[in-house]
Amino acid sequence: MGLLSRKATCNSHGQDSSYFLGWQEYERNPYDEVENPQGIIQMGLAENQLSFDLLESWLAKNPDAASFRRDGQSIFKELALFQDYHGLPAFKNALVDFMSEIRGNKVKFDPSHVVLTAGATSANETLMFCLAEQGDAFLLPTPYYPGFDRDLKWRTGVEIVPIQCTSSNRFQITAAALEEAYQEAQRKNLRVKGVLVTNPSNPLGTTMTRDELDLLVNFITDKEIHLISDEIYSGTVFSSPAFVSIMEVLKDRNLGKTEVWERVHIVYSLSKDLGLPGFRVGAIYSNDPIVVAAATKMSSFGLVSSQTQYLLSAMLSDKKFTKEYIAKNHKRLQKQRSKLVAGLGKAGIGCLESNAGLFCWVDMRHLLSSDTFEAEMELWKRIVYDVKLNISPGSSCHCSEPGWFRVCFANMPEDTLKLAMQRLKSFVGSIAVNDRSHQELKNSRRKFRTKWVFRLSFQSFHDREQDER
Amino acid sequence: MAIEIEKPGVGLSKVAVSETHGEDSPYFAGWKAYDENPYNESSNPSGVIQMGLAENQVSFDLLEKYLEEHSEASSWGKGAPGFRENALFQDYHGLKSFRQAMANFMEQIRGGRARFDPDRIVLTAGATAANELLTFILADPGDALLVPTPYYPGFDRDLRWRTGVKIVPIHCDSSNNFQVTPEAMEAAYRCAESMNLKVRGILITNPSNPLGATIQRTVLEQILDFATNKNIHLVSDEIYSGSTFSSSEFISIAEVLETRGYKDSERVHIVYSLSKDLGLPGFRVGTIYSYNDKVVTTARRMSSFTLISSQTQHLLACMLSNKEFSENYIKTNRERLTRRYDMIINGLKNAGIECLKGNAGLFCWMNLSPLLEEPTRESELALWKVILNEVRLNISPGSSCHCSEPGWFRVCFANMSEQTLEVALERIHKFMEQRRRRN
Repeated sequence: MGLLSRKATCNSHGQDSSYFLGWQEYERNPYDEVENPQGIIQMGLAENQLSFDLLESWLAKNPDAASFRRDGQSIFKELALFQDYHGLPAFKNALVDFMSEIRGNKVKFDPSHVVLTAGATSANETLMFCLAEQGDAFLLPTPYYPGFDRDLKWRTGVEIVPIQCTSSNRFQITAAALEEAYQEAQRKNLRVKGVLVTNPSNPLGTTMTRDELDLLVNFITDKEIHLISDEIYSGTVFSSPAFVSIMEVLKDRNLGKTEVWERVHIVYSLSKDLGLPGFRVGAIYSNDPIVVAAATKMSSFGLVSSQTQYLLSAMLSDKKFTKEYIAKNHKRLQKQRSKLVAGLGKAGIGCLESNAGLFCWVDMRHLLSSDTFEAEMELWKRIVYDVKLNISPGSSCHCSEPGWFRVCFANMPEDTLKLAMQRLKSFVGSIAVNDRSHQELKNSRRKFRTKWVFRLSFQSFHDREQDER
Repeated sequence: MAIEIEKPGVGLSKVAVSETHGEDSPYFAGWKAYDENPYNESSNPSGVIQMGLAENQVSFDLLEKYLEEHSEASSWGKGAPGFRENALFQDYHGLKSFRQAMANFMEQIRGGRARFDPDRIVLTAGATAANELLTFILADPGDALLVPTPYYPGFDRDLRWRTGVKIVPIHCDSSNNFQVTPEAMEAAYRCAESMNLKVRGILITNPSNPLGATIQRTVLEQILDFATNKNIHLVSDEIYSGSTFSSSEFISIAEVLETRGYKDSERVHIVYSLSKDLGLPGFRVGTIYSYNDKVVTTARRMSSFTLISSQTQHLLACMLSNKEFSENYIKTNRERLTRRYDMIINGLKNAGIECLKGNAGLFCWMNLSPLLEEPTRESELALWKVILNEVRLNISPGSSCHCSEPGWFRVCFANMSEQTLEVALERIHKFMEQRRRRN
């Protein structure tokens, strides 16, 4: 029997990381309100389950869209045969309108610049194939979505070099960090082809500031490299500051039709904003016609089902629906996030101030037995196995500081979130009582904590903590 | 051959600018000509008739009838109770009910002569993705796969473009009805060796595209033996397995393995899709069936890049689990394809054109070598242009399928109405008459 390829036998699929191990543990013992109330609550899955009723009611009112009918006529045959990699025109038109609407109509998108792919997973990989050779590198700010290790590197052979971000300035990208990452790539003999950012950020849940975006544009102009902005969470920005898309910055700086304009590419998907990860709807948006042409051909390897394209073209063309959906979805996300933050606060835990996403970036550094990743893993295991919450450790997101965790809030009902917070509170309480090292850690906390990181007010568990804020 | 980009510094990848996507071949040029002047019975009766597209349009009424009678398949039932769960389902294992239905369907197609385990099925967005994925798994960049000629032009892109893997052809010719022989396989292997290429596998399409014929059992055994002796993989693309005109004539590699007690089967992988048999290319439904556990696991993980819409999985799980529907569909579809095939073969015969004896697929392999000025590729392309521009039929020249004998053409018959096929046959008849008179 012949051996398999190097790709098949290497570990770049990333499935041995803790990110996936937490999932496995959850699968073995999943929480269910009725069947398994002692089970593990899944807080490691960035899914949006808060607005399904809106989708369901639209479907009930518009049965034709799922039944292959247009204006009462069956278009089944037409859809069944439609495999054109240029995509269903009606769907691309509706999609760019939706993308515009999400950005407050401050930018307009051209449907002929859109390439449809089976999910953002496919979009990101396809862009790597188009922009980089095996052995080239892309710079990514940390912490970043663990899936990128697989999506960007596995089959493409592209390398990721991290742009280290820290809590000292809320994990924002700095010019120094960008330059340092670039130099690091040089030292490793890697040719840098571009920067990839996720905006709003996963796992931070924050939108990038205009300054950061300007910095990026300057950087890629100077280095003559690409910029990919994965804006998969753009529809989840529930409070200020408003979302600023990279396209808006380019427009405002009058960079349209310049060289840098063609080196900026956006990735989008309906998996987070609409909560439809199963439907595999992703998109690449590029101003470079060669990239669009190449990516379009490559999309043959991951086209969106025409059945699904049609359903969504009907849904997203309904402007009354999209307006209502976007607004209500924001409200619900904001509300749920507040509950999470309040609950964490009751447990004496703070998190990064955030205005987007389906998760919070939670600071548990004060609960670590030491300022190390080993201690973070130790704490994570306790939270998964003892507290029975599956959350994502910062190390799986390549965070440079131990003690941070991504905690999802949009994939469960309010009651489950409440329960999760109660469990966390009990856990933290039990540490205080049992861990002697906790006292030492509290003394050293002054060194590591900064005011930026915590919310201005939250309930403290111990009176003694009040003087440390 | 890569196009050089004059831009300083950045540029795109070699893959992005190369021509390995193959879109400049006549296969695609014919499509363009059709797109610019498409035949329509009423509005454009002198337009180009598309006979270069291997689509199955003969059995849509059966699908539409099913959908009408089973609205729950397309709408998640009244009030959409299953919608939420379906919309969230992105597990790369795929919907269990769908895999089960696919396994059953594949068994039915093979008349129950082979069994399929749903847990060995990996789902991909079409066979295009399945073939590329397998290539990523079975070979490293620079390695080679042996593929019998003539073969589906899309393989040049699917197997080579992003994978960096090479295709070394196993030359077949009309002397024995284009069947693969041990000598031809051996020659291809040696050819690869002489180019310092490591052969990782052999990929066959059975039933064959473009031949429209099933591979005989003895030949399958020889191919399997060859793969075993060289210790390489065997991929059997059985995308047309449900389009055989008679159930008993198609022998799947699965049956050969079954006969051998599955000995040494970890090197065998089957590709399937619903694009041809069910006529649903737009839905992007492909599968890899592997007898190798490591391949199954790896393929599953890789399928993250090419998952099938859960909405579509749900629809097809319902449809294919319905035994009454699937049995009737397979039987009726076969009958209709057979009827079309007979129609085109007789029509061509009356025009004085011979075809390879076929028993499957959505096309026939037509022999126009007597019409060539010279037995060369250039002559073949010249004839192809004449047929495209004067007869106004888009058919696929054998050279685009890497056929080593000039003069053969693939002609599709299932992607149009019977009336349109009649029109096409009339045009061919007229064309042949004109040529005879000139000579």
